[in-house]
Amino acid sequence: MRPFFRLTTVRIVSQLVFLGLFVFGVWATWTTRMQGYPVSRFLEIDPLVALSTLLSTGHIYRYLGWSILLLLLTLLFGRLFCNWICPLGTLHQCAGWLFNVRSGKERQEQNRYRPRQVIKYVTLIIVLIISAFGSVQIGLLDPLALLHRSMVTGLSTGWDWLLGTTSLTQLQLAPGTAERIYTGSLWIGVLFVVIVVINIWYTRFFCRTLCPLGALLGLVAPFSLFRIHRDTDLCTNCDLCLTRCEGACSPETTLRVTECVGCMNCIDDCPENALSFSLPRIVSAPARPTPDLSRRHLVFAGIIGLITFPLLRANGRVNDANYSPLMIRPPGSMAEAEFLKKCIKCGQCMRVCPTNVVQPAGLREGGIEALWTPVLNFNIGHCQQKCSLCSTVCPTGAIREISVTEKLGFGEYRQDGPIRLGTAFINRSRCLPWANEIPCIVCQEVCPIAPKAIQTYDEEVKDTFGHLVLLNKPFIIPDLCTGCGICQKECPVTDQPAAYVTAVGESRSQERRLLLRYRTNPEES
Amino acid sequence: MPSPFNRREFLKRIALASTICGGAGYLAWAPEEYPFSLKDVTGLRSRPEPRQFTLPDYRVATAPGMMEIGIGRDMTTEGRLTKALEPIGGLSRFVQPGDVVLLKPNVAFDRAPELGATTSPELLEVLIRRLLIDCRAKEVRVTDNPIESPADCFAKTGIKAAVERAGGRVLLPDGNAFRPLSTPDAELIKSWPCFYRPLIGVTKVIGVAPVKDHNLSGASMGIKNWYGLLGGQRNQFHQDIHTIIADLSIMIRPTLTILDGSRILMRNGPTGGDPAYVKPWDVIVAGTDQVAMDGWAFVNLLQRDASTLPHYLFLAEEKGGGKIDPAGRIQESA
Repeated sequence: MRPFFRLTTVRIVSQLVFLGLFVFGVWATWTTRMQGYPVSRFLEIDPLVALSTLLSTGHIYRYLGWSILLLLLTLLFGRLFCNWICPLGTLHQCAGWLFNVRSGKERQEQNRYRPRQVIKYVTLIIVLIISAFGSVQIGLLDPLALLHRSMVTGLSTGWDWLLGTTSLTQLQLAPGTAERIYTGSLWIGVLFVVIVVINIWYTRFFCRTLCPLGALLGLVAPFSLFRIHRDTDLCTNCDLCLTRCEGACSPETTLRVTECVGCMNCIDDCPENALSFSLPRIVSAPARPTPDLSRRHLVFAGIIGLITFPLLRANGRVNDANYSPLMIRPPGSMAEAEFLKKCIKCGQCMRVCPTNVVQPAGLREGGIEALWTPVLNFNIGHCQQKCSLCSTVCPTGAIREISVTEKLGFGEYRQDGPIRLGTAFINRSRCLPWANEIPCIVCQEVCPIAPKAIQTYDEEVKDTFGHLVLLNKPFIIPDLCTGCGICQKECPVTDQPAAYVTAVGESRSQERRLLLRYRTNPEES
Repeated sequence: MPSPFNRREFLKRIALASTICGGAGYLAWAPEEYPFSLKDVTGLRSRPEPRQFTLPDYRVATAPGMMEIGIGRDMTTEGRLTKALEPIGGLSRFVQPGDVVLLKPNVAFDRAPELGATTSPELLEVLIRRLLIDCRAKEVRVTDNPIESPADCFAKTGIKAAVERAGGRVLLPDGNAFRPLSTPDAELIKSWPCFYRPLIGVTKVIGVAPVKDHNLSGASMGIKNWYGLLGGQRNQFHQDIHTIIADLSIMIRPTLTILDGSRILMRNGPTGGDPAYVKPWDVIVAGTDQVAMDGWAFVNLLQRDASTLPHYLFLAEEKGGGKIDPAGRIQESA
């Protein structure tokens, strides 16, 4: 008879609740819903985020201190996070449950400990070393960042397309907008699909072999108070405990505390009731408190870490000699080197942006190092004046929290001026009034700056067909332009807009400024 | 193997967990001003602080009865330098034994010395020997931040070889050489990357500038030479070159300025490019008021009309960089 109260039942409820909260968080992070409130909480309890940004910046941003909760949980109960909370872990388990259908014997073999499980510790050491040099790359594999990024840029567009054809538009992630676009989302999606699909052949391959957060928690877990105990007096060595073991942590012999994700399946599956999740017992098989991390592994990880950083940086995209004109960061972003010390590529800024202008960077803007970090693509959207949502959701302060007042340079920020994202330019050979004798001037009309940062040379000419036309030929006042990009977004020359913004003049960097001084109207000052 | 677990062990484990969490909690949550707090509420705390520095005043006290500017004419570099320094009291009035002297020639371009775009190596060689032997300077450093490849500029202008022959040291502007210099009185370069490492320990600074035509500002002489101490995005300076040069006149207060009138670039400055543009001459001007020296050189060496003095000289005079009119302060050696 199965007992009424089982830990696995509680676990499943916990998993569903946290997966639901995560999905709800993604859904609610929208300008007409809870704006920037709920999503970040997941990433803020992620100790890997706190640790790697602590290594890179020396400080702990805003709410990242909450990751102590997870540290505490792990110190009490081990890597419970992985199988009770982590929504990506839940998806992996679910995928295995649905598609990895095998006989009991095969499953027991599959859930035996494999030496490759040490890879995640090597990965962790490598990303932490790179972090200490100033390039945070944990976001590529951190389960929460990876899942959020994949949901937002990979899965949400499909979801919204589907729902857009029904009357359930309130379930859409971005209701009332044009179809959301995320450049390069194919590869974000492919990475996600691959790590989930791989469960068909290798149960929880990502969690066991790759996950750097799991590795970090695994290093803390040996200090935990509770663990799985096997009563050697009762155990008959039947190996049934392996049948549904999620962590491949050898519960049948010497428990590997670093690998155990606390799924509690072994307790259910033991016909002799030999297993329990409890405080240390008098009669219990010993556990193995350390991962199989040899000195060779450490030296290897160290060397790879040391080599990787200069390789990532060698393209010169970070310094001011070879930065990309397309590397336009959201308002409130730190200067590029500081930005890369903080950004975990979670994609929350891309999710919350109401105009869809925030996009995952491809290789062109910043190379591998800045892959999937946020850049503004003004062909897709523009940076709205009275909005600073991307800065409020950012969990690490890569985009530090700013107010609209600070963004626009009003009130107490008047002295500093507005936050400039870049500078607009006019390509006269593609501009209708300049090149084609056709009146236009959309860019000047939509420019939100007062006085307007786009002014015109006005000229009356007789066009080819003999009509008298007034041409207002636009030019940019770089002193006033904040690089919001609405001129580029609205330019009728849509493929390669005649008004366009590039990164030069951005106020986050002294070295990338354009003007020696900002001219002002002598009457105003 | 049974593992003994008792109350003591339990308490120890609890204590360990609370110590780790408590310690981490303190680091993460203690207000920013508390000791060891790592909290960063605004995200600005982790921004690296620009480590600004200020330059000392390198001038020496004026001696009574001495001129401020001396002009020397002679067939040899040796001779004209001696004559130029005579009215202002000789080199040893400015450099004492044990001084570490920084020479700032103009090495802006990868050009032969005959083209007049850079300071002549002969003058530097003579000057460094004087400083080391006559004045018993401890060390003479020579540095500049050229427009083109620094190593090439120093080599192909002949300056590297001349400096090393005379016993000086060439310091090239690598990425670690600069730090923001604070010049509160400047208008546009209140904080700008400037040579820092080459200046550590320096007690005297001497500018050694060629006299050149300069298409944007009119002429590049003693004051404009300090442009080469700066790094960063100097290409922005041309948006308001006169204010920048006037700022340079108060950014650094050199011990001495020497204008090299041996090859005067009369046209197509600041790069020149044709020996025909260069007027070989026999003058050296040495002094402590760069504004007056530049004004004098503009009229007498570049032979321009006094009514067309570069605007920056007037701005520099306003800012206190010197006085344009040299009357009573200038003397030509016999």
